[in-house]
Amino acid sequence: MNINSATFQQDFFQLFELPPRFAIDSAALDQRYRDLQSQVHPDKFSHLPESEQRLSMQWATRVNEAYQTLRSPLARGRYLLSLQGVDTQEETNTAMPLDFLMQQMEWREALQDAISAKDVDALDTLSDNNRKETKALEQQLAAQLDEQPDPLAAAGTVRKLRFLEKLAEEIASAYDELDS
Amino acid sequence: MALLQISEPGLSAAPHQHRLAVGIDLGTTNSLVATVRNGISVVLNDEQGSALLPSVVHYREDGSVQVGSAAQGQQSADPQNTIVSVKRFMGRGLKDVGEVVDLSYRFVDSPGMVQLRTVAGVKSPVEVSAEILHVLRDRAERSLGGELVGAVITVPAYFDDAQRQATKDAAKLAGLNVLRLLNEPTAAAIAYGLDNASEGVYAVYDLGGGTFDISILRLSKGVFEVLATNGDSALGGDDFDQRIYCWILEKAGLSQLDAKDTRLLLTHSRAAKEQLTDHAQTQITAVLSTGELVDVTLTRDDFYAMTQNLLTRTLQPTRKALRDAKLSVEEVKGVVMVGGSTRMPQVQRAVAELFNQTPLTNLDPDKVVALGAAIQANVLAGNRSADDWLLLDVIPLSLGIETMGGLSEKIIPRNSTIPSARAQEFTTFKDGQTAMSIHVVQGERELVSDCRSLAKFELRGIPPMVAGSARIRVTFQVDADGLLSVTAREMNSGVESSVTVKPSYGLSETDITRMLQDGNQHARDDMQARALREQQTDAAQLLEAVEIALQQDGATLLDAESEQRIRVVMEALRKELSGNDHIAIRRGVEALNQATVGFAQARMDRSVASALKGHKLSELEG
Repeated sequence: MNINSATFQQDFFQLFELPPRFAIDSAALDQRYRDLQSQVHPDKFSHLPESEQRLSMQWATRVNEAYQTLRSPLARGRYLLSLQGVDTQEETNTAMPLDFLMQQMEWREALQDAISAKDVDALDTLSDNNRKETKALEQQLAAQLDEQPDPLAAAGTVRKLRFLEKLAEEIASAYDELDS
Repeated sequence: MALLQISEPGLSAAPHQHRLAVGIDLGTTNSLVATVRNGISVVLNDEQGSALLPSVVHYREDGSVQVGSAAQGQQSADPQNTIVSVKRFMGRGLKDVGEVVDLSYRFVDSPGMVQLRTVAGVKSPVEVSAEILHVLRDRAERSLGGELVGAVITVPAYFDDAQRQATKDAAKLAGLNVLRLLNEPTAAAIAYGLDNASEGVYAVYDLGGGTFDISILRLSKGVFEVLATNGDSALGGDDFDQRIYCWILEKAGLSQLDAKDTRLLLTHSRAAKEQLTDHAQTQITAVLSTGELVDVTLTRDDFYAMTQNLLTRTLQPTRKALRDAKLSVEEVKGVVMVGGSTRMPQVQRAVAELFNQTPLTNLDPDKVVALGAAIQANVLAGNRSADDWLLLDVIPLSLGIETMGGLSEKIIPRNSTIPSARAQEFTTFKDGQTAMSIHVVQGERELVSDCRSLAKFELRGIPPMVAGSARIRVTFQVDADGLLSVTAREMNSGVESSVTVKPSYGLSETDITRMLQDGNQHARDDMQARALREQQTDAAQLLEAVEIALQQDGATLLDAESEQRIRVVMEALRKELSGNDHIAIRRGVEALNQATVGFAQARMDRSVASALKGHKLSELEG
């Protein structure tokens, strides 16, 4: 069953009644997420007819997806660009600035070294650096999306952020590995 | 149609009677049933006044079945036909249960789930669990004086899809309407959270008889949000017993024991473990069937030493869950202890050390899960509760599909809030390829062979195309029970194939019907009558819900003609309801569901809008 109501088809910003900007009021986002789930979550429908349970599941799924997208800066940036018809080409466009690639290679080497030396402190340092760089790029993305819109440059920043996110995931599994 | 009942309680004037609903903790060692009575969650006792039903089932030659302490009494005398800790086998294949020391059972390898050969025939773990659930259902219906509308059944948070599906099947087999599968740590959090009106981040450390879970939750303004969960669905108090058992064998210089002696010493091992909670040492004395006397003394220190690495196996997932939640131990406001195994002093000490605080134990760790489940069952059954709260849970293990080279491509990552859906596109790798097989797996590992295989199905009838030009969209939908269904669709042609992930592990509807009809002594009698009553109840509830909705919103959301169309279908259903043809009633229910889809959507749209509007009003006020 597909829901074809106009409300269901709204974009995520409209659904949460937030302006379509990268800068986001995260308290309002959290609050509206809870308000919406309080209305649509399957737990509110379990004693009701199956058709309404299905409707509720689809709505709750969509609200979850919207929240996850808007909550993560990378996903939010990517989503804003997609609303503007810009594809961030994260899988296909590998032309990255040389200095960025060099730094990524260094960090990945540092990660391998930390794993083989079982060096948790080195992991902490790497994790901090990655977090700082992520923050800096997010600020850059805010400027490119909100202040002086430059969608193509923003798409480039999203691609960089995707690199950093992957590194963060690898750092997380390195922690798991050293812990076992 | 609860939408307006929630936002404008004054309007939903139709006072319906209290619907009987229970929460059931189907445990490895013990099971319990609880309900909300006069606004308070209480565990229901059996006629002898005991709350815990030992999760033990004894099959006898004449086909009759004993459950609970009566069965427990048989376990040394008749170990092969006395099934203990059946939860360990739910949704598991023979190779998964290979480590079990207790070899009394005669396992039968069968596709998907292992089965057990007993004197009363081959039994699947689902059937064994259904016997336990059936006793609890009877206890509840006798105690509450009526038929249950439904039950919330708890499962370990770390249970995978196959284990969840098996649990749901067992409940169906026991004639229970499953309102929800609820994660055990989350159930405990409800019982604790609502009791103490807490706010902040809590960790629930749940070490039961056979499973370990750790969940990190944020409690805030009536919302229970699970941030991360982890665990080990094959680690629990049983493993501590087995360590003692192995130690006895070594100490007493014993080697191979037969099934009866194995079970005898395991029983003594458990008693010794429990003794060591309050004593520095304990003596284990038993006479084997060979006449040989076992007489050894176990000290607490030795017990701690031999189980140290079991504890470590709980602390690793705990740290991992914290990392997944992106939290440090300092940010955890309280740690809730759940499960009988958390009574062991070394467990409490290890948890206290890790979190740097004394864990909370003010609710009985054996009962807290059932109490929380009852609170949720009460709400799900449609009984209004004073406090309006919301539960947001996650899936514990990533879901993915097999791609080239036997690798798993994750589609829904672990710790995603449910319900959740995700779609991914794949393509063909051969020219003219017309079919594609889709292998659904669950787990965190890269290699498919290291993950749990949930289902395999084929998308056929793809029009022949050049390799790489077909666009196959695979959609995963996880519902609020954490159960998965998968749809695959070729986007150019629209060829579609879907599967609810049941076939390879779960039972089909036909299996359940067959089991209900033959094997199960309880259910044979009243299948027909029950089906009719269920349909009548469903129909009456549906009519009531639609009537209320029409009174509230018919005038504003529907034109006269649309309302009339719905009323005609309602009238037809009312006529069927007075007869006793359950199939006709079922059809009438479906027709009315169908007729109200558009209306339900309009109501949902409006309540979504009102969720936000309500918020803006409060902002203005604030």
